Parts: sequence; structure tokens; C-alpha cells
Amino acid sequence: MQKLLLLGNEAIAQAAIDAGLTGIFAYPGTPSTEITEYVQHSKQATEKKIRSSWSTNEKTAMESALGVSYVGKRAMVCMKHVGLNVAADAFVNSGMTGANGGLIVVAADDPSMHSSQNEQDSRFYGKFTMIPTLEPSNQQEAYDMIFYGFDLSERLETPVLMRITTRLAHSRAAVVRRSGLPQNELRLPSDLKQFILLPAIARKRYKGLIAKQENFILEAANSGFNKYLDGLNRSLGIIACGIAYNYLMENYPDGDIPYPVLKITQYPVPRTMLERMVNECEEVLVLEEGFPIIEELLRGFLMKCLKIKGRLDGTIQRDGELNPNKVALALGMEVTEGAEIPSVVVGRPPSLCIGCSHRDAYNALNEALIDYSKGRVFSDIGCYTLGALAPFNAINTCVDMGASITMAKGAADAGLVPAVAVIGDSTFTHSGITGLLDAVNDNTPITVIIADNATTGMTGGQPSAATGKIEAICRGVGVDEEHIRVIKPLKKHHEENVKTIMEELKYPGVSVIIPRRECIQTLNKRMRDKAKATQSE
Amino acid sequence: MKKDIILAGVGGQGILSIAAIIGLAAIEAGLHLKQAEVHGMSQRGGDVQSNLRLSDKVIHSDLIPTGKADMILSVEPMESLRYLPMLAPNGWLVTNTQTFVNIPNYPEKDDLMAEIEKVRNHIALDADKIAKDMGTLKSANVVVLGAASPFLDLDYQLLEKAIAMLFGKKGENVVTVNLQAMKAGRDFTLKIIKS
Repeated sequence: MQKLLLLGNEAIAQAAIDAGLTGIFAYPGTPSTEITEYVQHSKQATEKKIRSSWSTNEKTAMESALGVSYVGKRAMVCMKHVGLNVAADAFVNSGMTGANGGLIVVAADDPSMHSSQNEQDSRFYGKFTMIPTLEPSNQQEAYDMIFYGFDLSERLETPVLMRITTRLAHSRAAVVRRSGLPQNELRLPSDLKQFILLPAIARKRYKGLIAKQENFILEAANSGFNKYLDGLNRSLGIIACGIAYNYLMENYPDGDIPYPVLKITQYPVPRTMLERMVNECEEVLVLEEGFPIIEELLRGFLMKCLKIKGRLDGTIQRDGELNPNKVALALGMEVTEGAEIPSVVVGRPPSLCIGCSHRDAYNALNEALIDYSKGRVFSDIGCYTLGALAPFNAINTCVDMGASITMAKGAADAGLVPAVAVIGDSTFTHSGITGLLDAVNDNTPITVIIADNATTGMTGGQPSAATGKIEAICRGVGVDEEHIRVIKPLKKHHEENVKTIMEELKYPGVSVIIPRRECIQTLNKRMRDKAKATQSE
Repeated sequence: MKKDIILAGVGGQGILSIAAIIGLAAIEAGLHLKQAEVHGMSQRGGDVQSNLRLSDKVIHSDLIPTGKADMILSVEPMESLRYLPMLAPNGWLVTNTQTFVNIPNYPEKDDLMAEIEKVRNHIALDADKIAKDMGTLKSANVVVLGAASPFLDLDYQLLEKAIAMLFGKKGENVVTVNLQAMKAGRDFTLKIIKS
């Protein structure tokens, strides 16, 4: 079959297309974005009429996918790890409804926080929701597991979680394709009450979900993805989850590991596999990317009768992603180091682009706030979060999608007036609207700056659900028309912009200021594409 | 055969095109390949790197262990030094000398060059100037690739073929210009290692 050089994310997308996907639903978020983008740009996906445009947030994405599953077709939902928090209500309850058409939820975790605000481990969500979780160790396995995952989802009528991490998401390797499957026909659930989680029905469904656990474990034991590789030296046994397996193998270039190795890529982990390792080995080293989930599971039962090594006893650093060196050290091997970084080298943090509209917005805001005490600006998730760094030092919070408006509201409720929220256009429609409604209903004195660059910038310039709708949304929510002010964030309008912001800071109710100018990256790209189009004419 | 390469630069400088050219050539040569990239926040003018691994055997880790990289290939001098802990004692450092200054505390160029000089095996060239003299400033990254090409253990013709494949859509002129840029970089290095 055809061999392709694909990012882990692209391998997942290609597999979904090949496995008869009907719709993919997602909100952009590093490191998950390229899965959906690949489907959007795929000619095969277009020919097969696979639905792929962006959703407003992860919750709407998850629920739409559940609707696709309800009618018997195959659906995929993709998000970064913290996106699963947003989708959690729908996700956790989807464990209760179960699936009809195959349903795979891909959560891309970001250990070491390359582009995130925490390093939560999505495997927890799999366990919490009591559904099967797949954790591929490489690009080919990711591809193959999508076929398996859809099949598993339909056979056992359950959503399936696929957990990946940054290194797999954003690393390229050769992937061999399989022959494609057609999309499912429309086929409603045989029990039309399956998706009604009324208490009386939910209680039955929950018993059913509990009863399914045994099958989930059997699948994990027999699918072939979890492997017990015996070794002669039983002074140590090694459990390697997901891509941790690669870092283990890297330290044995000839492939000869003297110790028994349990490779885990499918959950719930069969107790028999863990028991065998614990019974046969003197010590057990647990290698897992993210939280010490397996390690804690083993320690909980067995702390007294055998030594478990991992992140909890300091054998491996508690935080941060794994790498070949950390694994070598945990195995007691020597690691090589090159020369030290010369002291002349300084850090080069990311920064707002030259020409970015957020620069002008922050310059105006900083000047408008100059006579007030510091610490009044509540911000959000996006490029504009970089306003926290020098030279702007313009914002004081960044917690989760939408928290700028609601935290400013809380602070104002408690007496900090004026309080300012800074939120991007795409983040506003993702999770800001309901908070704005709260503020309007309480007539809270806050100034909300919706920085509208007409795109989802940080993740690479995807279309924003907010474009062309912001004023109408604010009016609809009940913000007074006179206090919805649009400004042009450009140097030449600086004085005027400062004046506008100062006026609204004094207004004792909800005001919205919309600095509006296209993202410099999407503008440049548009110009380049235009030039190319003219050239080829 | 095993080549572990750290590609280094600043977000937006085009290290992923270099990775794509080497990657295409490696696949054509029948080698295994893994390439870990940086996406997201760092791409906004921050330091970026890519771990590119080629081998005739199966490659497991997406990341190169420290002290084991065969080469640092950098399109910016300060960024080339950031990854010295990754470089093997006999590895090569190939870097552009043209600085990319987007931070207020950027060090003196002479201090950077002095550190680069200390690396046993190094090639430092002003790829921007070479590219500009050829009237193709955009191809500075391909000049650096050319300068690294003698150490890649890849058939040079495969690299040429990869450029034709990658830039073919953009027209014959773009292909020719990039082939010249790669050749200019290669000649720079060949002259040094022969002398």
C-alpha cells in the first residue's frame, strides 16, 4: 500500500478518512490543530464529502460528533488536553449514552507545556468516563489504532478516547496506508431511548457501562496493542506506556532488553498483565508520559510488598515530558552530554509580531490606565497573552478560555473598579459570551476589550467564528449600544484610542471596546496568495 | 548509517523547508526517518528547533539524546549555540552568521562568533549575503543546507531531486535558484574541508 511521510496528527487524520469518517469536529488548539486541518485540505476528504469546518468550542464539537454517532455514522472530535475540560460535560456523559456509529475523541496532551497552561493527563478522563483509551507509541500505530478504535467503538457501543502527546502529534515518520472503508449508512440506535439520560434510564445505562468494563479489559488484553515481552533478568521489570516505549528502546540500540517489558498502549490495563510483572520481577520501573497513573495504581495496592520506581519516588522527574536521557538515568545508565550552552546565549521568548494589532491595543490600554493602580487587567488565551511580557507588561491573568470577562466581573463585584477584560475574538465566541451576559444581568462595571483580528491567531490563523458578528452578539446579550465602541488599533489613532478607552473605564456599567484590525500573519498570507494568483494568470 | 540532526533557527526562518528537503532525499534513499517539529507559541518569533533523524535501521525515539547529534544545522548564529549540549564531540556545527535580532539584549556578534570558533568541527557562512549576491535572499536557508550537505551522507543528486520535487509547483525558476543556492553553500564547505 501507499507509504506517506506524516505527522502523528496527519496519520490520525488520514486514518480517519480511510476508515469511513463522516464528520470531524474540533476547535483549534496546539498540539491537536493539524488533525482537522489535514482533513480540511484533503482532496479525498472533499470527494467523500467529509464534514470538517471548525466548531465554536470543544463542547459544541463533542456534542455534534455525538449526534453523528447517534445516526450510526463515524465521527471524530479533536482537541488539546485542556479542551477536554471544556468538552467534559458532553464527554463524560457520552460514556453513559455509549455510541452508535464509531466515535473517537482525540485529546492531545502537552507535557512540558510547550504551548499550554498545564500538563494534565487525559488518560484520567478515559478512566473517569470509564471508556477504552488508546495511547499510540508511534505514527503507524496511531494510524492502525484509528481503524481498530472505530471498530471497537461500534462493537462495544462506546466512545473511544485516543490520547497522544506533543512529540507524537508533531513528529513525522513513514506511515503505510490501508485500503479504505466506505462510510456507514444512516442507522438510528436500535433502542431509541439509548441517548436519554433521564435518571431512571441513566441508572440502567450506568449498570450497563459497569458491565462493559470486563469487555473493555478483555479487548485491551487481546487486541495485540498491549505486549508483554519477557526477559531473562527479572531483577527489574519495565512498564512503558505510549511513546515512553520509544525512549526505552532508544537506550537499547540492538533491541536486546534483558528485563521483562510491558508495553501499554490500551486502557483499561488488564490486571493479569500487571500482576505477572509484579509477581515475576523484584522491582518495577514505570515509564509514562504525563501523570504517574499506572505507578499510583500499583503503589496503591502494593507499596509494601515491592518497590515501584517512577515519578513518585524521584527516579524520574515528577514534571515535564520524558526523553531518552531521563529514561537512561532511570535505568542507571550513563548519559552523554555535549558542550554547555555558552553564557553569551540569551533566551529568545516568543513575542507579538511586528505590525500586530495587539501591540497598538496594549499601548493604548496601558496609557489609558496610567492613573489607576496596577493589577486590573484580566486576560485570556491567545496571542494577546504575550502582552504579559515586556515591553507591554499589560495583563495580570491568563487562566482558561473565557476567564477574562468573568474574573474581571468577580473582581469588580468585590470592589476593584475599573476592572478590564482583554479577550480575543475567537476566544470570545468560544467561551466569553455567557460571562458577558452575567455581567450585563448584574450591570457590573467592567470594560471588556474584544481584540478582533478576525482569526484564531496563535494556532496558525484559522477562521474565527466571531468574524462579523461581535457587535450583534454584544447587543443581543444586552450591552448598551452606546458602550460598544470599535477602534482602529494603529499608531496614528493612538490618542483617539486612549481617549475612547478612558471614557469607557469611567462608565459604571458593562462597556465593550473592539480594537479591530486583521492579524498581520493572515494579512501577509492573503497578500502572498493574491500575488501568486496574479502571477499564474 | 545514522544521522541525527538538530535544525535550529527563529520561528518563521524556514527550518522546516530544510527538513522537508533532507526528508524527501532520505526517503528516496530508502532510509528510515523521524522528524519532531515545534508548532504553536514558539513560532511567534521565539527559538525553534527540529530533531531530524535518519537511519538505515528502525528509529524509535522522536527526540535525539543529548551529546549524540551528528550535526547542528542553524540558520542563525546564536541559535546554533543553544543546542551545543546535543552535539556529539565529533559532530559538525553548520551555521549562518547572519544574526536575527528581535530581542533587546541580543549579544555582540563577535562574542557569538568566538564561541562558534571554539567548536572543533564548524562551518560558519554568511548565507544571507551569498543568497543576496545571487539575487535570491529568500534562499538563505537552502545555502546553509548546501553547506551542510557534504556531511549528510546523502547522495547530492537526491538532494537536488528533492528540491525539484518541493519547489516544482512554484515554477522552474524557483527550482533553479534554489539549486544554485544549495550549490553555493556546498562549494563554500568543500573549499574549506579541502584546504
